[in-house]
Amino acid sequence: MEIARHWRLKKQRYALVGEVCPHCHAKLFPPRDVCPECGGEAKTPYTFSGRGKVYSHTTIYNAPEGFQEFAPYTVALVKLEEGPMVTAQLTDLGDQEVEIGMPVEMVTRRLRTDGDERGLLVYGYKFRPLELYQVAAAD
Amino acid sequence: MRKVAILGIGQTPVGEHWNKSMLELAGEAIFGALQDSGVETVDAIFVGNMLSGILEKQEHLGTLIADWVGMRGTEAVKIESACSSGAVAFRNGLIAVASGEIDKALVVGVEKMTDSLPGTTTAALATAADADWEIIHGLSFVGLNALIMQRYMFEYGWKHEDFASFSINAHANGVHNPNARFRAPISKEQYLKAHIIASPISILDSSPIGDGAAAALLVPADRVFSIEGKPKIIIAGSASATDSLAVHDRKDPLWLSAAEISAKKAYNQAGVTPDNIDFFELHDAFSIMAALSLEACGFAERGQGPRLALDDEITIQGRIPVATRGGLKARGHPIGATGMYQIVEVVQQLRGECGETQIAGAKIGMAQNIGGSGATIATHILRVE
Ligand SMILES: [Zn+2]
Repeated sequence: MEIARHWRLKKQRYALVGEVCPHCHAKLFPPRDVCPECGGEAKTPYTFSGRGKVYSHTTIYNAPEGFQEFAPYTVALVKLEEGPMVTAQLTDLGDQEVEIGMPVEMVTRRLRTDGDERGLLVYGYKFRPLELYQVAAAD
Repeated sequence: MRKVAILGIGQTPVGEHWNKSMLELAGEAIFGALQDSGVETVDAIFVGNMLSGILEKQEHLGTLIADWVGMRGTEAVKIESACSSGAVAFRNGLIAVASGEIDKALVVGVEKMTDSLPGTTTAALATAADADWEIIHGLSFVGLNALIMQRYMFEYGWKHEDFASFSINAHANGVHNPNARFRAPISKEQYLKAHIIASPISILDSSPIGDGAAAALLVPADRVFSIEGKPKIIIAGSASATDSLAVHDRKDPLWLSAAEISAKKAYNQAGVTPDNIDFFELHDAFSIMAALSLEACGFAERGQGPRLALDDEITIQGRIPVATRGGLKARGHPIGATGMYQIVEVVQQLRGECGETQIAGAKIGMAQNIGGSGATIATHILRVE
Protein backbone atom coordinates (compact mmCIF):
# COMPACT_ATOMS: atom_id res chain seq x y z
CA MET A 1 0.00 0.00 0.00
CA GLU A 2 2.89 2.38 0.71
CA ILE A 3 0.60 5.03 2.26
CA ALA A 4 3.37 6.79 4.16
CA ARG A 5 5.59 6.87 1.09
CA HIS A 6 3.00 8.76 -0.95
CA TRP A 7 1.97 10.96 2.01
CA ARG A 8 5.59 12.12 2.49
CA LEU A 9 5.63 13.46 -1.07
CA LYS A 10 2.34 15.40 -0.88
CA LYS A 11 3.94 18.86 -1.13
CA GLN A 12 5.90 17.85 -4.19
CA ARG A 13 3.07 15.95 -5.85
CA TYR A 14 0.30 18.53 -5.19
CA ALA A 15 2.17 21.83 -5.28
CA LEU A 16 5.52 21.28 -7.01
CA VAL A 17 7.47 22.31 -3.93
CA GLY A 18 11.15 21.86 -4.60
CA GLU A 19 14.17 23.67 -3.27
CA VAL A 20 16.42 26.59 -3.98
CA CYS A 21 20.08 26.17 -3.16
CA PRO A 22 21.16 28.84 -0.64
CA HIS A 23 24.73 28.70 -2.01
CA CYS A 24 24.43 28.85 -5.82
CA HIS A 25 20.69 29.69 -6.13
CA ALA A 26 19.99 26.70 -8.38
CA LYS A 27 16.31 25.71 -8.37
CA LEU A 28 15.88 22.01 -7.65
CA PHE A 29 13.01 19.64 -8.35
CA PRO A 30 12.52 17.07 -6.98
CA PRO A 31 14.10 18.20 -3.69
CA ARG A 32 17.35 16.54 -2.63
CA ASP A 33 19.67 17.10 0.28
CA VAL A 34 22.79 17.88 -1.74
CA CYS A 35 22.73 20.46 -4.55
CA PRO A 36 23.85 18.73 -7.79
CA GLU A 37 25.15 22.05 -9.11
CA CYS A 38 27.55 23.07 -6.31
CA GLY A 39 27.60 20.13 -3.87
CA GLY A 40 26.36 22.30 -0.99
CA GLU A 41 23.52 21.48 1.37
CA ALA A 42 20.17 22.48 -0.13
CA LYS A 43 17.08 22.46 2.09
CA THR A 44 15.29 25.78 1.45
CA PRO A 45 11.78 25.12 0.05
CA TYR A 46 10.81 26.75 -3.23
CA THR A 47 7.44 26.52 -4.98
CA PHE A 48 7.58 26.24 -8.75
CA SER A 49 5.16 28.11 -11.02
CA GLY A 50 4.02 24.89 -12.71
CA ARG A 51 4.62 26.33 -16.17
CA GLY A 52 7.03 24.82 -18.65
CA LYS A 53 7.57 23.44 -22.14
CA VAL A 54 7.58 19.93 -23.55
CA TYR A 55 11.21 18.80 -24.01
CA SER A 56 10.21 15.35 -25.25
CA HIS A 57 7.19 13.06 -25.25
CA THR A 58 6.06 9.51 -25.89
CA THR A 59 2.73 7.73 -26.15
CA ILE A 60 2.79 4.47 -24.23
CA TYR A 61 0.75 1.58 -25.65
CA ASN A 62 2.15 -1.30 -23.57
CA ALA A 63 1.67 -0.05 -20.02
CA PRO A 64 3.20 -1.45 -16.85
CA GLU A 65 1.01 -3.13 -14.22
CA GLY A 66 -1.00 -0.45 -12.38
CA PHE A 67 -1.31 1.81 -15.44
CA GLN A 68 -3.01 -0.47 -17.97
CA GLU A 69 -6.41 1.21 -17.42
CA PHE A 70 -4.97 4.50 -18.75
CA ALA A 71 -3.26 3.15 -21.92
CA PRO A 72 -2.56 4.61 -24.36
CA TYR A 73 -1.31 7.69 -22.53
CA THR A 74 1.33 10.34 -23.13
CA VAL A 75 4.32 10.92 -20.88
CA ALA A 76 6.57 13.93 -21.31
CA LEU A 77 9.76 15.46 -20.07
CA VAL A 78 8.68 18.99 -19.13
CA LYS A 79 11.31 21.70 -18.82
CA LEU A 80 10.00 24.00 -16.08
CA GLU A 81 10.46 27.74 -16.68
CA GLU A 82 12.66 27.92 -13.56
CA GLY A 83 15.10 25.40 -15.07
CA PRO A 84 14.62 21.82 -13.82
CA MET A 85 13.07 19.08 -15.91
CA VAL A 86 10.29 16.79 -14.61
CA THR A 87 8.70 13.60 -15.90
CA ALA A 88 4.90 13.71 -15.99
CA GLN A 89 1.88 12.64 -18.01
CA LEU A 90 0.20 15.08 -20.36
CA THR A 91 -3.56 15.36 -19.91
CA ASP A 92 -6.58 17.22 -21.32
CA LEU A 93 -5.05 16.92 -24.78
CA GLY A 94 -8.26 16.44 -26.74
CA ASP A 95 -7.34 16.22 -30.41
CA GLN A 96 -4.23 18.31 -29.96
CA GLU A 97 -0.99 16.89 -31.39
CA VAL A 98 1.81 16.97 -28.85
CA GLU A 99 4.88 18.82 -30.05
CA ILE A 100 8.30 19.51 -28.62
CA GLY A 101 8.35 23.09 -27.31
CA MET A 102 4.61 23.12 -26.56
CA PRO A 103 3.81 25.28 -23.48
CA VAL A 104 2.13 23.35 -20.65
CA GLU A 105 0.98 23.93 -17.09
CA MET A 106 0.66 21.72 -14.06
CA VAL A 107 -2.67 20.30 -12.89
CA THR A 108 -3.53 17.73 -10.21
CA ARG A 109 -4.89 14.38 -11.37
CA ARG A 110 -5.10 10.77 -10.26
CA LEU A 111 -1.79 9.06 -11.07
CA ARG A 112 -2.74 5.48 -10.29
CA THR A 113 -4.89 3.17 -8.19
CA ASP A 114 -3.13 0.63 -6.01
CA GLY A 115 -4.99 -2.66 -5.82
CA ASP A 116 -8.77 -3.01 -6.32
CA GLU A 117 -11.63 -0.50 -5.85
CA ARG A 118 -10.76 -0.33 -2.14
CA GLY A 119 -7.13 0.45 -2.94
CA LEU A 120 -5.15 3.65 -2.46
CA LEU A 121 -5.72 6.46 -4.99
CA VAL A 122 -2.48 8.28 -5.69
CA TYR A 123 -2.83 11.88 -6.86
CA GLY A 124 -0.15 14.15 -8.25
CA TYR A 125 0.91 16.49 -11.02
CA LYS A 126 0.21 16.10 -14.70
CA PHE A 127 0.56 18.84 -17.32
CA ARG A 128 -1.98 20.18 -19.80
CA PRO A 129 -1.52 22.40 -22.87
CA LEU A 130 -1.39 26.02 -21.76
CA GLU A 131 -2.84 27.63 -24.89
CA LEU A 132 -5.75 25.22 -25.21
CA TYR A 133 -6.84 26.02 -21.68
CA GLN A 134 -6.56 29.77 -22.18
CA VAL A 135 -8.59 29.66 -25.40
CA ALA A 136 -11.28 27.55 -23.74
CA ALA A 137 -11.40 29.89 -20.74
CA ALA A 138 -11.81 32.94 -23.00
CA ASP A 139 -14.81 31.46 -24.85
CA MET B 1 47.26 -5.33 -9.10
CA ARG B 2 47.57 -8.64 -10.95
CA LYS B 3 46.76 -9.02 -14.62
CA VAL B 4 43.67 -11.23 -15.03
CA ALA B 5 42.75 -13.73 -17.76
CA ILE B 6 39.52 -15.44 -18.77
CA LEU B 7 40.12 -19.18 -18.55
CA GLY B 8 36.74 -20.51 -19.65
CA ILE B 9 33.22 -19.56 -20.71
CA GLY B 10 29.73 -21.10 -20.72
CA GLN B 11 26.23 -20.08 -21.79
CA THR B 12 22.69 -21.33 -22.33
CA PRO B 13 20.55 -20.38 -25.32
CA VAL B 14 18.41 -17.30 -24.59
CA GLY B 15 14.75 -18.20 -24.81
CA GLU B 16 11.49 -19.07 -23.10
CA HIS B 17 12.71 -21.95 -20.96
CA TRP B 18 9.41 -23.03 -19.41
CA ASN B 19 10.92 -26.41 -18.60
CA LYS B 20 13.95 -25.01 -16.75
CA SER B 21 14.30 -23.16 -13.46
CA MET B 22 16.54 -20.16 -12.77
CA LEU B 23 18.93 -22.51 -10.94
CA GLU B 24 19.08 -24.99 -13.81
CA LEU B 25 19.92 -22.20 -16.23
CA ALA B 26 22.65 -20.81 -13.96
CA GLY B 27 23.99 -24.34 -13.48
CA GLU B 28 24.22 -25.00 -17.23
CA ALA B 29 26.28 -21.85 -17.81
CA ILE B 30 28.49 -22.51 -14.77
CA PHE B 31 29.20 -26.17 -15.63
CA GLY B 32 29.94 -25.06 -19.20
CA ALA B 33 32.49 -22.53 -17.95
CA LEU B 34 34.07 -24.99 -15.50
CA GLN B 35 34.39 -27.67 -18.18
CA ASP B 36 35.84 -25.15 -20.64
CA SER B 37 38.35 -24.11 -17.94
CA GLY B 38 39.24 -27.63 -16.83
CA VAL B 39 38.66 -26.84 -13.15
CA GLU B 40 36.15 -28.22 -10.64
CA THR B 41 36.13 -25.75 -7.80
CA VAL B 42 36.48 -21.99 -7.43
CA ASP B 43 37.28 -19.56 -4.59
CA ALA B 44 34.34 -17.20 -5.03
CA ILE B 45 31.12 -16.92 -7.05
CA PHE B 46 29.73 -13.58 -8.26
CA VAL B 47 26.14 -13.66 -9.53
CA GLY B 48 24.82 -10.87 -11.74
CA ASN B 49 21.02 -10.70 -11.52
CA MET B 50 18.39 -7.99 -11.32
CA LEU B 51 14.91 -9.47 -10.97
CA SER B 52 15.03 -12.72 -8.96
CA GLY B 53 13.50 -10.97 -5.92
CA ILE B 54 10.59 -9.44 -7.83
CA LEU B 55 9.82 -12.09 -10.45
CA GLU B 56 10.95 -15.34 -8.81
CA LYS B 57 10.40 -14.22 -5.18
CA GLN B 58 13.91 -15.40 -4.49
CA GLU B 59 16.80 -13.39 -3.07
CA HIS B 60 20.00 -14.59 -1.43
CA LEU B 61 20.84 -15.87 -4.88
CA GLY B 62 24.64 -16.08 -4.60
CA THR B 63 24.46 -18.60 -1.81
CA LEU B 64 21.61 -20.56 -3.42
CA ILE B 65 23.57 -20.95 -6.66
CA ALA B 66 26.77 -21.94 -4.84
CA ASP B 67 24.89 -24.79 -3.19
CA TRP B 68 23.11 -25.76 -6.45
CA VAL B 69 26.39 -26.26 -8.31
CA GLY B 70 27.86 -28.34 -5.49
CA MET B 71 30.03 -25.64 -3.97
CA ARG B 72 28.38 -25.30 -0.56
CA GLY B 73 30.87 -23.47 1.64
CA THR B 74 32.28 -21.28 -1.16
CA GLU B 75 32.00 -17.51 -0.78
CA ALA B 76 29.20 -16.16 -3.02
CA VAL B 77 27.26 -12.96 -3.56
CA LYS B 78 24.60 -11.51 -5.88
CA ILE B 79 25.35 -8.15 -7.49
CA GLU B 80 22.55 -5.96 -8.79
CA SER B 81 22.70 -2.86 -10.97
CA ALA B 82 19.67 -3.29 -13.24
CA CYS B 83 20.52 -4.31 -16.82
CA SER B 84 24.23 -3.83 -16.11
CA SER B 85 24.25 -6.42 -13.30
CA GLY B 86 26.18 -8.89 -15.49
CA ALA B 87 29.12 -6.63 -16.36
CA VAL B 88 29.26 -5.14 -12.87
CA ALA B 89 29.40 -8.65 -11.38
CA PHE B 90 32.18 -9.45 -13.87
CA ARG B 91 34.08 -6.34 -12.79
CA ASN B 92 33.74 -7.38 -9.14
CA GLY B 93 35.15 -10.80 -9.96
CA LEU B 94 37.99 -9.10 -11.81
CA ILE B 95 38.77 -6.80 -8.87
CA ALA B 96 38.80 -9.81 -6.51
CA VAL B 97 41.34 -11.70 -8.64
CA ALA B 98 43.41 -8.62 -9.53
CA SER B 99 43.76 -7.73 -5.86
CA GLY B 100 45.31 -11.10 -5.00
CA GLU B 101 42.53 -11.98 -2.56
CA ILE B 102 40.90 -14.57 -4.85
CA ASP B 103 42.61 -16.95 -7.29
CA LYS B 104 39.65 -18.42 -9.15
CA ALA B 105 36.52 -16.25 -9.48
CA LEU B 106 33.44 -17.61 -11.20
CA VAL B 107 31.06 -14.98 -12.55
CA VAL B 108 27.59 -15.93 -13.76
CA GLY B 109 24.82 -13.68 -15.03
CA VAL B 110 21.35 -15.22 -14.84
CA GLU B 111 17.78 -14.04 -15.33
CA LYS B 112 14.47 -15.93 -15.32
CA MET B 113 11.77 -13.74 -16.84
CA THR B 114 9.16 -15.82 -18.62
CA ASP B 115 7.48 -17.26 -15.52
CA SER B 116 5.67 -13.90 -15.20
CA LEU B 117 2.94 -12.14 -17.19
CA PRO B 118 4.09 -9.35 -19.54
CA GLY B 119 2.59 -6.51 -17.43
CA THR B 120 4.37 -7.82 -14.34
CA THR B 121 7.68 -8.04 -16.20
CA THR B 122 7.20 -4.51 -17.60
CA ALA B 123 6.58 -3.17 -14.08
CA ALA B 124 9.56 -5.10 -12.70
CA LEU B 125 11.88 -3.72 -15.40
CA ALA B 126 10.67 -0.22 -14.61
CA THR B 127 12.23 -0.50 -11.15
CA ALA B 128 15.54 0.26 -12.89
CA ALA B 129 14.27 3.85 -13.13
CA ASP B 130 13.36 6.32 -10.38
CA ALA B 131 10.26 5.01 -8.56
CA ASP B 132 9.05 8.26 -6.99
CA TRP B 133 9.73 10.63 -9.92
CA GLU B 134 9.53 8.56 -13.12
CA ILE B 135 7.68 5.29 -12.57
CA ILE B 136 4.75 6.81 -10.64
CA HIS B 137 3.93 8.69 -13.86
CA GLY B 138 3.37 5.45 -15.76
CA LEU B 139 6.69 5.41 -17.52
CA SER B 140 7.84 2.03 -18.77
CA PHE B 141 11.43 1.17 -19.56
CA VAL B 142 10.61 1.45 -23.25
CA GLY B 143 8.97 4.80 -22.53
CA LEU B 144 12.17 6.21 -21.03
CA ASN B 145 14.14 5.26 -24.11
CA ALA B 146 11.34 6.65 -26.28
CA LEU B 147 11.62 10.04 -24.58
CA ILE B 148 15.34 10.09 -25.36
CA MET B 149 14.84 8.91 -28.97
CA GLN B 150 12.07 11.43 -29.70
CA ARG B 151 14.22 14.35 -28.60
CA TYR B 152 17.29 12.93 -30.37
CA MET B 153 15.40 12.74 -33.68
CA PHE B 154 14.14 16.32 -33.17
CA GLU B 155 17.57 17.65 -32.20
CA TYR B 156 19.60 16.01 -34.98
CA GLY B 157 16.99 15.65 -37.72
CA TRP B 158 16.97 11.85 -37.99
CA LYS B 159 13.90 9.94 -39.12
CA HIS B 160 12.74 6.72 -37.50
CA GLU B 161 13.77 4.68 -40.57
CA ASP B 162 17.36 5.90 -40.18
CA PHE B 163 17.72 3.53 -37.20
CA ALA B 164 16.64 0.44 -39.19
CA SER B 165 20.18 -0.78 -39.94
CA PHE B 166 20.95 -1.34 -36.24
CA SER B 167 18.17 -3.93 -36.00
CA ILE B 168 18.75 -5.41 -39.45
CA ASN B 169 22.48 -5.92 -38.69
CA ALA B 170 21.78 -7.49 -35.30
CA HIS B 171 19.28 -9.97 -36.76
CA ALA B 172 21.57 -10.81 -39.70
CA ASN B 173 24.32 -11.75 -37.22
CA GLY B 174 21.97 -13.54 -34.82
CA VAL B 175 21.07 -16.02 -37.58
CA HIS B 176 24.49 -17.64 -37.04
CA ASN B 177 24.43 -17.76 -33.22
CA PRO B 178 22.93 -21.02 -31.89
CA ASN B 179 22.34 -19.30 -28.53
CA ALA B 180 20.38 -16.35 -29.97
CA ARG B 181 16.71 -15.96 -29.15
CA PHE B 182 15.84 -14.83 -32.72
CA ARG B 183 17.64 -16.51 -35.59
CA ALA B 184 15.68 -15.00 -38.49
CA PRO B 185 16.79 -11.98 -40.53
CA ILE B 186 14.52 -8.93 -40.77
CA SER B 187 13.99 -6.60 -43.73
CA LYS B 188 13.68 -2.84 -43.90
CA GLU B 189 10.01 -3.29 -44.88
CA GLN B 190 9.37 -5.32 -41.73
CA TYR B 191 11.12 -2.66 -39.65
CA LEU B 192 9.02 0.13 -41.15
CA LYS B 193 5.75 -1.76 -40.55
CA ALA B 194 6.50 -2.90 -36.98
CA HIS B 195 3.99 -2.09 -34.28
CA ILE B 196 4.74 0.88 -32.00
CA ILE B 197 5.18 0.16 -28.25
CA ALA B 198 6.02 3.67 -27.05
CA SER B 199 6.32 6.23 -29.83
CA PRO B 200 8.68 6.45 -31.70
CA ILE B 201 9.99 3.04 -30.54
CA SER B 202 8.60 -0.03 -32.30
CA ILE B 203 8.90 -3.70 -31.47
CA LEU B 204 11.77 -3.93 -33.99
CA ASP B 205 13.75 -1.18 -32.22
CA SER B 206 13.49 -3.19 -29.00
CA SER B 207 15.40 -6.18 -27.71
CA PRO B 208 13.35 -9.15 -26.52
CA ILE B 209 13.51 -10.28 -22.91
CA GLY B 210 14.21 -13.94 -22.23
CA ASP B 211 15.55 -16.52 -19.82
CA GLY B 212 19.27 -17.12 -19.91
CA ALA B 213 22.61 -17.50 -18.17
CA ALA B 214 26.22 -16.95 -19.17
CA ALA B 215 29.39 -17.47 -17.15
CA ALA B 216 33.16 -16.97 -17.17
CA LEU B 217 36.05 -18.08 -14.97
CA LEU B 218 38.69 -15.50 -14.04
CA VAL B 219 42.22 -16.36 -12.94
CA PRO B 220 45.58 -14.57 -12.66
CA ALA B 221 47.01 -14.19 -16.18
CA ASP B 222 50.42 -15.64 -15.27
CA ARG B 223 48.80 -19.04 -14.61
CA VAL B 224 47.30 -19.33 -18.10
CA PHE B 225 49.12 -20.53 -21.19
CA SER B 226 48.06 -19.97 -24.75
CA ILE B 227 47.32 -23.20 -26.59
CA GLU B 228 46.37 -24.00 -30.16
CA GLY B 229 42.81 -22.83 -30.86
CA LYS B 230 42.47 -21.36 -27.39
CA PRO B 231 44.54 -18.18 -27.13
CA LYS B 232 45.17 -16.49 -23.81
CA ILE B 233 42.59 -13.74 -23.35
CA ILE B 234 43.28 -11.02 -20.82
CA ILE B 235 41.16 -8.18 -19.49
CA ALA B 236 43.03 -5.11 -20.71
CA GLY B 237 40.53 -2.51 -19.52
CA SER B 238 37.62 -2.40 -17.07
CA ALA B 239 35.65 0.53 -15.69
CA SER B 240 32.18 1.37 -14.49
CA ALA B 241 30.56 4.79 -14.05
CA THR B 242 27.22 6.27 -13.03
CA ASP B 243 24.81 9.05 -13.96
CA SER B 244 21.50 10.15 -12.41
CA LEU B 245 18.90 7.37 -12.32
CA ALA B 246 16.22 9.70 -13.70
CA VAL B 247 16.62 10.92 -17.28
CA HIS B 248 15.17 14.33 -16.29
CA ASP B 249 18.02 14.93 -13.83
CA ARG B 250 20.75 14.67 -16.49
CA LYS B 251 22.70 17.68 -17.72
CA ASP B 252 22.25 16.36 -21.27
CA PRO B 253 19.68 13.57 -21.67
CA LEU B 254 21.07 12.83 -25.16
CA TRP B 255 24.58 12.02 -23.99
CA LEU B 256 25.63 8.83 -22.15
CA SER B 257 28.18 10.42 -19.84
CA ALA B 258 28.69 7.17 -17.89
CA ALA B 259 29.58 5.48 -21.20
CA GLU B 260 32.09 8.20 -21.98
CA ILE B 261 33.68 8.04 -18.52
CA SER B 262 33.94 4.24 -18.36
CA ALA B 263 35.10 3.89 -21.99
CA LYS B 264 37.84 6.51 -21.57
CA LYS B 265 39.11 4.79 -18.43
CA ALA B 266 39.10 1.42 -20.17
CA TYR B 267 40.90 2.84 -23.24
CA ASN B 268 43.58 4.35 -20.98
CA GLN B 269 44.10 1.12 -19.05
CA ALA B 270 44.40 -0.86 -22.29
CA GLY B 271 46.55 1.78 -23.95
CA VAL B 272 44.25 1.92 -26.98
CA THR B 273 41.96 4.36 -28.81
CA PRO B 274 38.64 3.63 -30.52
CA ASP B 275 40.64 3.06 -33.75
CA ASN B 276 42.27 -0.03 -32.20
CA ILE B 277 38.99 -1.74 -31.27
CA ASP B 278 38.28 -4.59 -33.72
CA PHE B 279 34.61 -5.03 -32.71
CA PHE B 280 32.17 -3.74 -30.12
CA GLU B 281 29.46 -5.70 -28.30
CA LEU B 282 27.33 -2.71 -27.39
CA HIS B 283 24.10 -2.51 -25.40
CA ASP B 284 21.48 -2.27 -28.15
CA ALA B 285 18.50 -2.73 -25.81
CA PHE B 286 16.90 -0.14 -28.11
CA SER B 287 18.27 1.16 -31.41
CA ILE B 288 18.69 4.65 -29.90
CA MET B 289 21.02 3.18 -27.23
CA ALA B 290 23.27 1.72 -29.94
CA ALA B 291 23.60 5.17 -31.52
CA LEU B 292 24.27 6.94 -28.21
CA SER B 293 26.81 4.31 -27.16
CA LEU B 294 28.77 4.65 -30.42
CA GLU B 295 28.90 8.41 -29.90
CA ALA B 296 29.89 8.39 -26.22
CA CYS B 297 32.64 5.82 -26.87
CA GLY B 298 34.22 7.90 -29.63
CA PHE B 299 33.19 5.92 -32.72
CA ALA B 300 30.89 8.67 -34.04
CA GLU B 301 30.48 12.41 -33.60
CA ARG B 302 27.72 13.63 -31.30
CA GLY B 303 24.36 13.15 -33.03
CA GLN B 304 25.89 11.05 -35.82
CA GLY B 305 25.58 7.49 -34.45
CA PRO B 306 22.95 6.45 -37.03
CA ARG B 307 25.35 7.47 -39.82
CA LEU B 308 27.61 4.49 -38.99
CA ALA B 309 24.68 2.13 -39.37
CA LEU B 310 23.43 3.76 -42.60
CA ASP B 311 26.93 3.50 -44.11
CA ASP B 312 27.24 -0.22 -43.19
CA GLU B 313 30.18 0.52 -40.86
CA ILE B 314 28.68 -1.69 -38.12
CA THR B 315 28.50 -4.93 -40.13
CA ILE B 316 31.05 -7.76 -39.82
CA GLN B 317 33.01 -6.25 -42.73
CA GLY B 318 32.60 -2.64 -41.51
CA ARG B 319 34.93 -0.35 -39.60
CA ILE B 320 33.41 -1.17 -36.19
CA PRO B 321 31.30 -4.34 -36.21
CA VAL B 322 28.66 -4.39 -33.45
CA ALA B 323 26.24 -7.06 -32.19
CA THR B 324 28.38 -9.70 -33.93
CA ARG B 325 26.43 -12.56 -32.26
CA GLY B 326 23.09 -10.82 -32.61
CA GLY B 327 23.40 -8.25 -29.85
CA LEU B 328 20.59 -7.64 -27.38
CA LYS B 329 18.23 -7.21 -30.34
CA ALA B 330 18.54 -10.77 -31.70
CA ARG B 331 20.49 -12.79 -29.13
CA GLY B 332 18.04 -11.41 -26.57
CA HIS B 333 18.23 -9.37 -23.38
CA PRO B 334 17.94 -11.56 -20.28
CA ILE B 335 18.59 -8.47 -18.14
CA GLY B 336 21.10 -9.47 -15.42
CA ALA B 337 22.69 -12.07 -17.71
CA THR B 338 23.18 -9.78 -20.70
CA GLY B 339 26.53 -8.31 -19.62
CA MET B 340 27.95 -11.82 -19.24
CA TYR B 341 26.65 -12.88 -22.68
CA GLN B 342 28.56 -9.90 -24.10
CA ILE B 343 31.78 -10.99 -22.36
CA VAL B 344 31.33 -14.60 -23.52
CA GLU B 345 30.74 -13.42 -27.10
CA VAL B 346 33.85 -11.22 -27.09
CA VAL B 347 35.85 -14.26 -25.95
CA GLN B 348 34.32 -16.35 -28.75
CA GLN B 349 35.37 -13.75 -31.34
CA LEU B 350 38.91 -13.54 -29.94
CA ARG B 351 39.16 -17.34 -30.01
CA GLY B 352 37.96 -17.41 -33.61
CA GLU B 353 34.88 -19.52 -32.84
CA CYS B 354 32.25 -17.41 -34.60
CA GLY B 355 32.01 -19.10 -38.01
CA GLU B 356 29.94 -17.02 -40.44
CA THR B 357 30.21 -13.89 -38.30
CA GLN B 358 33.87 -14.30 -37.37
CA ILE B 359 35.89 -11.08 -37.67
CA ALA B 360 39.12 -12.05 -39.37
CA GLY B 361 42.16 -11.51 -37.15
CA ALA B 362 40.20 -9.98 -34.25
CA LYS B 363 42.63 -9.24 -31.41
CA ILE B 364 40.91 -6.53 -29.32
CA GLY B 365 37.21 -6.56 -28.47
CA MET B 366 35.07 -4.24 -26.35
CA ALA B 367 31.85 -4.88 -24.44
CA GLN B 368 29.59 -2.27 -22.89
CA ASN B 369 26.66 -3.01 -20.61
CA ILE B 370 24.13 -0.30 -19.73
CA GLY B 371 21.97 -0.29 -16.60
CA GLY B 372 18.69 1.61 -16.72
CA SER B 373 18.55 4.26 -19.43
CA GLY B 374 22.26 5.09 -18.97
CA ALA B 375 22.60 5.39 -15.18
CA THR B 376 25.22 2.62 -14.73
CA ILE B 377 27.55 1.79 -17.59
CA ALA B 378 30.40 -0.73 -17.44
CA THR B 379 32.95 -1.05 -20.25
CA HIS B 380 35.42 -3.91 -20.74
CA ILE B 381 38.23 -4.34 -23.23
CA LEU B 382 39.52 -7.88 -23.82
CA ARG B 383 42.58 -8.73 -25.87
CA VAL B 384 44.53 -11.72 -27.07
CA GLU B 385 47.93 -11.83 -25.41
ZN1 LIG C 1 24.01 24.83 -5.19
